[in-house]
Amino acid sequence: MHNNQQGKMVAWTDFERATIKDIFSKIDYEVVGPAAISRCLIVYPWTQRYFAGFGNLYNAAAITSNPKVAAHGKVVMQGLEKAVKNMDNIKATFTELSTLHSEKLQVDPDNFMVGNAELMVLGPSNVCVCVDDVFHNCVVLQLLGDCLAIVVASQLGKDFSPEVHAAFQKFLAVVVSSLRRQYY
Amino acid sequence: MSLTEKDKAAVKALWAKISKSVDAIGAEALGRMLLVYPQTKTYFSHWPDLTPGSAPVVSHGKQIMGGVTEAMSKIDNLRGGLLELSELHAFKLRVDPSNFKILAQTIMVVVAAMFPNDFTPEAHVAFDKFLAAVALGLSERYR
Repeated sequence: MHNNQQGKMVAWTDFERATIKDIFSKIDYEVVGPAAISRCLIVYPWTQRYFAGFGNLYNAAAITSNPKVAAHGKVVMQGLEKAVKNMDNIKATFTELSTLHSEKLQVDPDNFMVGNAELMVLGPSNVCVCVDDVFHNCVVLQLLGDCLAIVVASQLGKDFSPEVHAAFQKFLAVVVSSLRRQYY
Repeated sequence: MSLTEKDKAAVKALWAKISKSVDAIGAEALGRMLLVYPQTKTYFSHWPDLTPGSAPVVSHGKQIMGGVTEAMSKIDNLRGGLLELSELHAFKLRVDPSNFKILAQTIMVVVAAMFPNDFTPEAHVAFDKFLAAVALGLSERYR
């Protein structure tokens, strides 16, 4: 059933698979992505560190109406959608992202400064190439994940049952763990 | 990250909207925490039933939110106002304080699901700060 050729794989139950696909079919990416990112920047303002090139983040109203923030929210949802489509291979899916990124780094090292908005590049097939720093820092990914859970909960209401919530949380944990890069 | 007057006002405004449902919020949040973060089940191994909606979960969820309600009344002095509760958690229950953050997140998810229009980003940041301050107050006596 599960392809174990890559060593330890995440085991998904049928319920979890169905639930994750269902959540992502129900939520509006255009709303949820931007809402999650802006909530993260508002609730955990130190995460603005990673968005220094995004213009006005001075207060909640500015953050919520910032078009670069909204655009990045959509990029994040596209990344998550990739993981949803490859649930048995999430680690490999994001390795691809990381490889794309390091190749870019070799070619244009000057563009890779923390906070430089230019490095939010849409590569081939519209996949986001994000700053290495964010991927190392799983705490900020965790904070974003928490905000995403809250936004999805407010979208789905009663449909975001405890069981659905648990499946979603597991999915987020796998995504975060796959994005983390090991220093040692 | 102390609570500003603006934070306190925002928390009180949110509380006014949700206070009628605190028992339900507590039951939901606790049940969810045990399911979504199964490592927390360790503190409740003496319960016959840990599933969402079970009698011990509902009853204890109510008790927890009773504590949060008490914290609301002590919002101007959370550090010193929760000493009794802190001693309970520190010496008797011995709950690792990292779990307070986990429960805070599930409480907020429940509030977001039940009151999506009221749990705005502004309300969220204030409430998150409040729950973090409550956690700090509960940790006061630990060591």
